[in-house]
Amino acid sequence: MGEKVTIGGIIYDVGNSTATKTGTWRVFKPVFDSDKCKRCGICAKFCPEGIIEITQEKGAQANMDYCKGCGICAEECPFDAIKMEVEKK
Amino acid sequence: MKTVMEGSNAVAHAIRLCKPEVMAMFPITPSTHIPENLAQMVADGDLDAKLITVESEFSAMSATVGASATGVRAFTATSSQGLALMHEVVYAAAGMRLPIVTTIVNRALSAPINIWNDQQDTISERDSGWLQIYCETNQEAVDTMIQAYKIAEDKRVLLPVFVCMDGFILSHTYEPVDIPEQKDVDEFLPPYKPEHAFLDPDKPMTMGPFAYPKPYAAMRKELSKDVMKAKAVVKEVHDEFAKKFGRSYGNGIIEEYKNDRPIAIVAMGSVCGTIKEVVDKRDDVGLVRVRCYRPFPKEELAKALKDKENVIVFEKNVALGLNSGAMYPEIKDVLYSAGSKARVNNVIGGIGGIDVTKENVENFIERLKDKEGVVEFLGGDPNE
Ligand code: SF4
Ligand code: SF4
Repeated sequence: MGEKVTIGGIIYDVGNSTATKTGTWRVFKPVFDSDKCKRCGICAKFCPEGIIEITQEKGAQANMDYCKGCGICAEECPFDAIKMEVEKK
Repeated sequence: MKTVMEGSNAVAHAIRLCKPEVMAMFPITPSTHIPENLAQMVADGDLDAKLITVESEFSAMSATVGASATGVRAFTATSSQGLALMHEVVYAAAGMRLPIVTTIVNRALSAPINIWNDQQDTISERDSGWLQIYCETNQEAVDTMIQAYKIAEDKRVLLPVFVCMDGFILSHTYEPVDIPEQKDVDEFLPPYKPEHAFLDPDKPMTMGPFAYPKPYAAMRKELSKDVMKAKAVVKEVHDEFAKKFGRSYGNGIIEEYKNDRPIAIVAMGSVCGTIKEVVDKRDDVGLVRVRCYRPFPKEELAKALKDKENVIVFEKNVALGLNSGAMYPEIKDVLYSAGSKARVNNVIGGIGGIDVTKENVENFIERLKDKEGVVEFLGGDPNE
């Protein structure tokens, strides 16, 4: 954005969806409780953005550049390890 | 060599000469004979094109857009409700800058349902970004088809074009037409070599993407400017065609016929033939035929009309909610901006295929020559 538009808005530099930071759309944010988290990976499978990473060390964590705050992860977690909170900006 | 043939058949031959690679069409009166003739040509091996028989006009235009986006010359034809059904994709084609050519055999829009000629269908697409060229004769429709691809594919244009011909009056009428030689058309119209939009796995691209408000506004502004700039190419291609094939249509943008008189009629399409005959018998009226309606020829019309006493805008469409034709306020805008003192009147005629006779033209001239700001409907009285 901001650059000169191409004819018909055609994008030649493809694979650029990471340039759109969907995290700016967020109202709620998921807060992960590492102690409750069983590292089962269910939330990661359901996240429509595919931005939840599970590590043994920290458990589930979302890439907040792209998390839209949809709350699907919190809804799907069987162990109540995710809470949605209003994000203060 | 001139051959007597039906308008639709003549246009189909012109399309064959343009060698489209994909044609996606759905039959609708009165444009049906064009896909019929083209399908026959493909079946006979006279035209090497992929013919897609689709289930609706929405699909016809969608498939045409898809084909053009792969970088091939694509064609479709339709009329009336068919064009209305294409509407969403019509806008997409222009926004995506795809050089599609579509023949529109002009017909009235429902309701009430009516299969006959007027120009409501294409007038209703006037803001879409497509260029619109209106033909007076079948020969002009043939010649304009060939010009249209050259205009559309020009690197300075890259916009789709509607070639408009009046339903039945042209499409179903047998007239002598000269169908150019393939060799000459090939010289005039080389194969389409897409540089901006094509399918190549080694060079992937995204077409018709989502745009946030700022780039959207930027693209629409650019599109608006580019549609206006296309006028110079319409003229240039017309002139080049005239040089090569020996036939011209005014200056390619408008045609002035005995326009040295105090009254001018402004009109589009086949009715201009009738108006010319009336003009020949009078000494107070001339004709200014709008050939290229989009982009709208503001400068040409200002020059042709600003010194008139009276301008009568004859139109085959109704702008409902404005109670005039769509072109009437546009002509007024041109005259106002030119500081003209001309009185302007509007005749809405030939709606739903009602005949426009020389007597009709004589009569409206007589009724309106001393008037100002009158909008009248020809044949609008059911008791007439
Ligand atoms: S809130 Fe939605 S987008 Fe964010 S991590 Fe959870 S599922 Fe993914
Ligand atoms: S679904 Fe819940 S428990 Fe499973 S990984 Fe995600 S946060 Fe942890």
